[in-house]
Amino acid sequence: MSSYTAAFRVWRGDADGGELEDFKVEVNEGEVVLDIIHRLQATQASDLAVRWNCKAGKCGSCSAEINGRPRLLCMTRMSIFSREETITVTPLRAFPVVRDLVTDVSFNYAKAREVPAFVPPPGVAAGDYRMQQIDVERPQEFRKCIECFLCQDTCHVVRDHEENKASFAGPRFLMRIAELDMHPLDAAAGVGVDRKKTAQDEHGLGYCNITKCCTEVCPENIKITDNALIPLKERAVDRKYDPLVWLGDKIFRRTE
Amino acid sequence: MTQLERQGWDVVVVGAGGAGLRAAIEAREQGARTAVICKSLFGKAHTVMAEGGIAASMGNVNSGDNWQVHFRDTMRGGKFLNQWRMAELHAREAPDRVWELETWGALFDRTPDGKISQRNFGGHEYPRLAHVGDRTGLELIRTLQQKIVSLQQEDFREFGDYEARLKVFQECTVTRVLKDERERVAGTFCYERESGRFFVLEAPAVVLATGGIGKSFKVTSNSWEYTGDGHALALLAGAPLLNMEFVQFHPTGMVWPPSVKGILVTESVRGDGGVLRNSDGKRFMFDYIPDVFKEKYAQSEEEGDRWYEDPDNNRRPPELLPRDEVARAINSEVKAGRGSPHGGVFLDVSTRMPAETIRRRLPSMYHQFKELADVDITAEAMEVGPTCHYVMGGVAVDSDTAATRGVPGLYAAGEVAGGMHGSNRLGGNSLSDLLVFGRRAGLHAARYAIGFGEGAARPRPDAGQVDAAAAEALRPFSAEGPEPGEADGRPPENPYTLHQELQQTMNDLVGIIRREPEMEQALEKLADLRVRAHRAGVEGHRQFNPGWHLALDLRNMLLVSECVARAALERTESRGGHTREDCPAMEPEWRRVNLLCRLADVSGGLAPSDEPRRGQISLARETTEPIRPDLLGLFEKEELVKYLAEEELHS
Repeated sequence: MSSYTAAFRVWRGDADGGELEDFKVEVNEGEVVLDIIHRLQATQASDLAVRWNCKAGKCGSCSAEINGRPRLLCMTRMSIFSREETITVTPLRAFPVVRDLVTDVSFNYAKAREVPAFVPPPGVAAGDYRMQQIDVERPQEFRKCIECFLCQDTCHVVRDHEENKASFAGPRFLMRIAELDMHPLDAAAGVGVDRKKTAQDEHGLGYCNITKCCTEVCPENIKITDNALIPLKERAVDRKYDPLVWLGDKIFRRTE
Repeated sequence: MTQLERQGWDVVVVGAGGAGLRAAIEAREQGARTAVICKSLFGKAHTVMAEGGIAASMGNVNSGDNWQVHFRDTMRGGKFLNQWRMAELHAREAPDRVWELETWGALFDRTPDGKISQRNFGGHEYPRLAHVGDRTGLELIRTLQQKIVSLQQEDFREFGDYEARLKVFQECTVTRVLKDERERVAGTFCYERESGRFFVLEAPAVVLATGGIGKSFKVTSNSWEYTGDGHALALLAGAPLLNMEFVQFHPTGMVWPPSVKGILVTESVRGDGGVLRNSDGKRFMFDYIPDVFKEKYAQSEEEGDRWYEDPDNNRRPPELLPRDEVARAINSEVKAGRGSPHGGVFLDVSTRMPAETIRRRLPSMYHQFKELADVDITAEAMEVGPTCHYVMGGVAVDSDTAATRGVPGLYAAGEVAGGMHGSNRLGGNSLSDLLVFGRRAGLHAARYAIGFGEGAARPRPDAGQVDAAAAEALRPFSAEGPEPGEADGRPPENPYTLHQELQQTMNDLVGIIRREPEMEQALEKLADLRVRAHRAGVEGHRQFNPGWHLALDLRNMLLVSECVARAALERTESRGGHTREDCPAMEPEWRRVNLLCRLADVSGGLAPSDEPRRGQISLARETTEPIRPDLLGLFEKEELVKYLAEEELHS
């Protein structure tokens, strides 16, 4: 494959507004969209703002929307587009723009803080943790998450409904709750934290109607909906409608 | 004096990778109010790219392992130039640091009896690396990040404020460590990338945990953050750097397509059974076993292959030699015309393991080659070649406390610190280094800071330094102006162009194989770049402006590159990550020599235009401390004679 000149449209602007700017730019064999953005910086727009780090799909920094689809810039190869196609790069839509392709993702960090942390099992010393591989594999799948926030960006619960953000943690952090709930040694229940209940009552699990958009955009191919959200929903529902649980909650009222 | 926001903290940690976060956790748990400042978003640090694992002699897979064996392997890997007390502390404390991660929620892969699984790696005698598939660094960062969040949740319950005692300033950069009139650390000068706003964090203790320098080289596995910031901050604050000539070229980086050249291919591929072949299909590593390792490695493919199943009765295959040896061997094969089509060699797992096993044990590698190179590693061999990966040299520190030399209140841990790995680091020893010395740096920084109490006794930043730092940071916006004696209107230099020229210079002239005339040429080129970098100019404004950020980072890369080139020119031997074609032997006399780099320019680097062609770095030799006899006693005499000078053996 030889080099060619591609047409790019890149959103430029800040919180006060902006517009798509047209560029003609060289493309070489094997390049990804992030390479092209870097070439624009080096040759045509030195102040073009973009986040990136590892350039290998491992850190989840370079999230943006390419032709309207949430993607990692570093893992989107130019060869998937035709040479004639104009490639449009815009910032993540669900988060406020800071500048150009950089958005304010602080929503995600705020939500991360609201999920109660892992609770170590009492009486088990460091070094004495014993878990079977088969039991850690389920939560391990969710710990592959690189926090690119593409799932947070694409989820229709917040994508066009800013008002839902306060009461909805988004797929990434509901998955975090599922992960902790599946951790073989998490002792949250012992300190009065019912993870399934908090997912439902405090983190908006009920908003999710399993359209699987999050799973589709996940660059780590984590089955967020099938393996995290649906099981969490089932277990939350089990509790809600289980008469024994209901009775237990009434009789032994938890302090929190 | 410039009016800008000032905040008071006890400890400021610069960098939020493994070392920085572990330091911050420790400092906060010691009761110090701790600020972490990092160039990227929280949780994106370069540590996420570590793949293979954390080396710790837990003995879960082979009970023969213990700290003494780990210490021995580390010293051998570093060709005995390691700061031995660091290597000792590291080997002793690594298991506790790994186990502690489990109490914070980490989920490592398991052994059949439910313990943390451990894998083989180059230079480690036993399976030693705690891991999660090939994404161990991500697990480490996420665990530390979530531990920080849990500490913040504690503070929220107690004070109603998540950030009362531990705050992460993400996407902020430190450009100067500030001192008081008594030359003690007093804080940091910082800018926020998002707004371009300047601010000062006042604190009696600063921990540098900024990682490495790889972005000064063209082919590198390192991310944009690796611009040697902490190395430069230490130099500018008056602390020396140690043995900067030792730069690790990881043997296996991707070589094709060009845009991904340098991206890492984990050593686990070889640890789990992958082999290296040249274009003749030959497993060439058997031809490259150096004398010092002859007894420890298999002499035939059959023996090497048997070792995976029966390590007690066979020796390991030479694909698992320390990284410096493998990188040089690949370099030689390519040079001899036996390379792969794109200038590397072949790394093959496809004929060694079932496809399903490959996908399970090396999921990131499978994914990476599939997505970026259209190569299915379960069906064909990868093409790989050396890539700049790690700097063994770094800020000279006290082994026990991580304190730098000569600057009270300044600490360094992780890749930015020197000494621990000697002339070459073993795979897996980086993540354990971050944890062991991150904790120690946080502990001692906190104790030192708390010792001042609140109020008047605390060092206050010198006002002149704050003003000078602000002026320095703003210079790229006014670079259009004529230089004294120059014609008017000369256009400013493009920082991206300068950066590319710097990377090419270091790659070509101070790379994996070094020669005296080339390094001299590199120093001239660096002097020229330094003059031009003073005129690096940027467009636009201060809000999230990558061109401006790069213009500021250039100062650091140029300082560090000069250190590497000067030290490499001075050390007339080959050892570990420093290979001199003109001085190919490892010389026992040089084992006792540490090379220290200090800033020569007494203006503190603030006036590089005065006499820019004069170098900024002065070099000094220092004799290493003799290795403690009980530690020397862990080795056979026959092995020691290969490394130590005659008089050391008899002392």
